[in-house]
Amino acid sequence: MRGWLRQHRQAFRAALRRMGVLNALVIGVALSFPAGGYALLESLRTVAARVTLDPQITVFLAASAKRADADALGVKLRGEARIAQVRFVPREEALKELSSVQGIPELIAALGRNPLPDAFVVTSKEGALEPLAADLAKLPGVARVQADAVWARRLAALGGLARLALWLLAALLGAGLIAVTFNTVRLQILTQRDEIEVSKLIGATDGFIRRPFYYVGLLQGIAGGVIALAISWAALSLLNLEVRALAESYGSGFRFGFLKPWDAAAVVLAAGLLGFFGAQLSVSRHLKEIEPK
Amino acid sequence: MISFSAVAKRYPAGQEALRDVSFSLEAGELAFLTGRSGAGKSTLLKLIPGIERPSAGTVVVNGQNVGALKRRAIPYLRRNIGLVFQDQKLLYDRSVYDNVMLPLSFSGNTPAESARRARAALDKVGLLARERANPIQLSGGEQQRLAIARAVVNRPSLLVADEPTANLDAESAARILDIFVAFHQVGVTVLISTHDQALVSRFGKKVLHLEAGKIL
Repeated sequence: MRGWLRQHRQAFRAALRRMGVLNALVIGVALSFPAGGYALLESLRTVAARVTLDPQITVFLAASAKRADADALGVKLRGEARIAQVRFVPREEALKELSSVQGIPELIAALGRNPLPDAFVVTSKEGALEPLAADLAKLPGVARVQADAVWARRLAALGGLARLALWLLAALLGAGLIAVTFNTVRLQILTQRDEIEVSKLIGATDGFIRRPFYYVGLLQGIAGGVIALAISWAALSLLNLEVRALAESYGSGFRFGFLKPWDAAAVVLAAGLLGFFGAQLSVSRHLKEIEPK
Repeated sequence: MISFSAVAKRYPAGQEALRDVSFSLEAGELAFLTGRSGAGKSTLLKLIPGIERPSAGTVVVNGQNVGALKRRAIPYLRRNIGLVFQDQKLLYDRSVYDNVMLPLSFSGNTPAESARRARAALDKVGLLARERANPIQLSGGEQQRLAIARAVVNRPSLLVADEPTANLDAESAARILDIFVAFHQVGVTVLISTHDQALVSRFGKKVLHLEAGKIL
């Protein structure tokens, strides 16, 4: 057992000596794209999640409409078969809600009157909002119809597309990582041909000969993963400097968040495993060719 | 210790290197394998550590049938055989000391024990003072002695040397043979191939003479 541990320590040290720093850097730069992109997208997704995806439509009345017009419209809306729920938002309540947004009270004070109309928030029974919205716009007394969920859904679809693109990129770069490791290990096997041959002649097992190369792949992958995290962290921090200024001008505290600890660990682990896999492919292919004659 | 019975070796290209070779070597024996270049000496020696496998017949080393050994078992067979090659197969990217350490790296010894064994082996071949040198700085005879030190560092019970005195002057060759004899005297089984008949007759030991792939 102690001998076994010693052999692993030996292989580990040999691997550290043989590991290419430049290779790790190449892997790191490549992997920083999907890692950083994922962090970016996750941040945006939490923002988008705040926008309701409920099939809601807001129906605004003309500013000049009387409360009686609103009541009449309310009856019509409640009678509509495609509508599940109707909530009346009087203009006074809307004003109160809006006043909580920074800078708005001053604006309203400058106007000297409530510029907001009465409104209904209706929830559709069906997913398709556009036909219902179009019909509602034709009702008497309706000034404007707004279906927020439509663009929110488009945003979500776009986000899904971006995620898919990121996964594709990650898969491609993962294949690249395997190829880079494969080649590194191949070159190392070639340069250590004599040592491998002699080792086989004097009784080294295949495991003993392969072990340092496996460690090279694993360590190179892990180093690449860590470099990728460092690069994406640096890039996001840099972005956040600009985002902070922009977000604060909107009274928002939004920042791009970094990868969650578990996601970051997964990046490093995946890079290590891919490196190990590349090394294994290379070793099983190239070590066979070195048999003492 | 070594037993060949009706061993034949044909290479894939068709040439027949060995034909119906039978002999045996007792534990602790020293024997010379003689014959001209191309007589099959190297092929015969390569069958012992399983570098080549016999096409027919059986090769038994240390009670193990080498031809039938699984690939996985070969390294363990070789750990008990000290091999000395004609071209030494030294590693020139490391010191004399590190060359001798190589077989110890996978033998499971503690680092202190490995260092002690490596120095003992270098001492036996008279190279202890050169342990920091690179093998390239050594003379031909010294390189061959280094190869012997590497072969014996794991204390094998069998020592197999392929033309260890080829390309050496008479004095260096004699010194090499003296080292082999010294190992033989402490109980190691030794098989040495050579094309130098005069050198062999000096010792009066068992001689296996190969001619065109057959033992005469």
